Amino acid sequence: MALLEVRDLTVVFQRRGEQPFTAVDGVSFDVEPGQTVGLVGESGCGKSVTSLAIMGLLPKRGATVTGSVKFEDTDLLRLSGNQMRDRRGRDLGMVFQDPLSSLNPVITIGVQVAEVLERHQGMSRKKALTEAAGLLDKVGIPDPNRRISEYPHQLSGGMRQRALIAMALACKPRLLIADEPTTALDVTIQAQILSLLKGLVQDTGTALIMITHDLGVVAGLCDEVNVLYGGRVVERAERHELFAEPRHPYTHGLLASIPRLDAPRGERLMPITGSVSDNIPWDSACAFAPRCPNALDVCREVTPEQEWRGSRLLRCHNPVQPAAAETEEASV
Amino acid sequence: MALGATKKDRIDALAKSSVDDSGVSLAASAWRRLRRNPVFLVGLGITLLFVLVAAISPLIAPHDPSARDLIDQVVKARNEIPPAQPGHPLGGDLQGRDFFSRLLVGSQQTLMVGVLATLFGLTGGLVLGTLAGAIGGWVDSLVMRIVDVMLSIPSLLLAFSIGALFAHPNQFTVIIAVATVQIPIFARLLRGSMLAQRGSDHVLAARSLGVKPGQIVFRHMVPNSLGPVIVQSTLVLATSIIDAAALSFLGLGNPNDAIPEWGQMLGTSQEVLDSHPALSFWPAACIIIVALGFTLMGESLRDALDPKNRR
Repeated sequence: MALLEVRDLTVVFQRRGEQPFTAVDGVSFDVEPGQTVGLVGESGCGKSVTSLAIMGLLPKRGATVTGSVKFEDTDLLRLSGNQMRDRRGRDLGMVFQDPLSSLNPVITIGVQVAEVLERHQGMSRKKALTEAAGLLDKVGIPDPNRRISEYPHQLSGGMRQRALIAMALACKPRLLIADEPTTALDVTIQAQILSLLKGLVQDTGTALIMITHDLGVVAGLCDEVNVLYGGRVVERAERHELFAEPRHPYTHGLLASIPRLDAPRGERLMPITGSVSDNIPWDSACAFAPRCPNALDVCREVTPEQEWRGSRLLRCHNPVQPAAAETEEASV
Repeated sequence: MALGATKKDRIDALAKSSVDDSGVSLAASAWRRLRRNPVFLVGLGITLLFVLVAAISPLIAPHDPSARDLIDQVVKARNEIPPAQPGHPLGGDLQGRDFFSRLLVGSQQTLMVGVLATLFGLTGGLVLGTLAGAIGGWVDSLVMRIVDVMLSIPSLLLAFSIGALFAHPNQFTVIIAVATVQIPIFARLLRGSMLAQRGSDHVLAARSLGVKPGQIVFRHMVPNSLGPVIVQSTLVLATSIIDAAALSFLGLGNPNDAIPEWGQMLGTSQEVLDSHPALSFWPAACIIIVALGFTLMGESLRDALDPKNRR
């Protein structure tokens, strides 16, 4: 049974005097215990809003969340504010993008980690601080007993992100959501943080939702990948399948636009033309159609439905054909 | 109500200046710049001198400020007041008391009124601002409308009106009157920076860990919102001193003139302004210099803490 079942999750933002904006439009996916699932897409595709909706962190006023988020048979969207607060930090953890601004600048690292333990495990401050030092040690912060009495600005960017991971994992949640955890870090640190996350979720059996725009992160970490575009899942596949044979033109474009070390000198990168602002509503078309090299007339007239193509889920009228033609797929 | 509008805008701009997402070394970098800022050093010097004088004035004052040593030199009919003489560098006042000693000891009252009024104003403003910023919704609307009404009344007029409400004015009623004027400023300031904190990443991160709302407000939002409030406090010290002096000048202060106070000295001296201008000059100069000291310090502190000015 899945640990987390997201069904038809829809988030609509109401702005006074403006058209309501659908940021997430019927997203469904499962996360199995211990599995790492990627949510990939460019800025504004709804990946962060999806994670905030799962955590129940969207503002009550202005954002309407519908659908269901089943976590071990409890629908998180039906929980009261207090019930959800008890779960956050204990059953569900989250790591954010910018480690500096996500830490309280006026409180020491130790107290911030201890705060979670005091809150959910009823520890005394003293015991929680000892435990906090152990947690910092576990996430690879050297000299943790000195670090617990330091302030966020005294730590390096990588160490701050390690501290945030320690906070999120302090109470051993069964699900961790990492929202672009490496975006604000430089490349060498990114690799360290990713391997730390990978190791921690493997050791503890924590399921991980990895939110990123970086396909390199996905390739190194995720078991299953959901590609989001305009608030909908356009392609879902197992990692190797996705990278070997991207079928949706958007996924294909994303992969083609990554510079490769083994590419011949002077080869040009292939950007996806246009930007998110070119999107058309999903109501009666494919939102990606204006930017899509494969677009047909039907793409601008009929909303593509999610369909299973073998083991992958695809939302496209005219997917990219794999190099080796697969006859069994033509019949689907 | 153009005046009220600019006042509000200034408060809001100050509140926004606290939104600093690049961390705390702000304090260190601010101090580095302050140390080399002559304006700040002058303000700090004046302030320290003033506090020092207030602290030791009873010891260094050459005479008892309430003893009428020179009363035999006062001739009301001929408008004669003791002139400067050996032992009495500034002469005596209308009651024959040593004017220099009264100036020195007067700093105590001025400092006390300034600090206490600022403290009370700060406390009131913190309570209201925290309520409005933390709870939001209709509580926020209600508190902020009251605050706006208070801000729309010129501050000195408001202080007079409150001071005049008390049948028996004394030093304490002056403090209350001056403090009340400062409450809306602090409230609006704190609420502004609390709102900015509410949307900040570290508050979101704290919420994602299930931290309880009360703890989020008092451990995560309020401490991070205090920066502009501290700056405002230094500036308010200056206005409190001026407002308190103005109240005693107009007779709404402590009627007991045994304890010297600059505003009150100025008020009694104005009767003889044309014949003995020096008696008005000295307390006025003291008030201006001290207020200037606090203002210079506060303004340069505000500039130094403004993240936009960081290098």
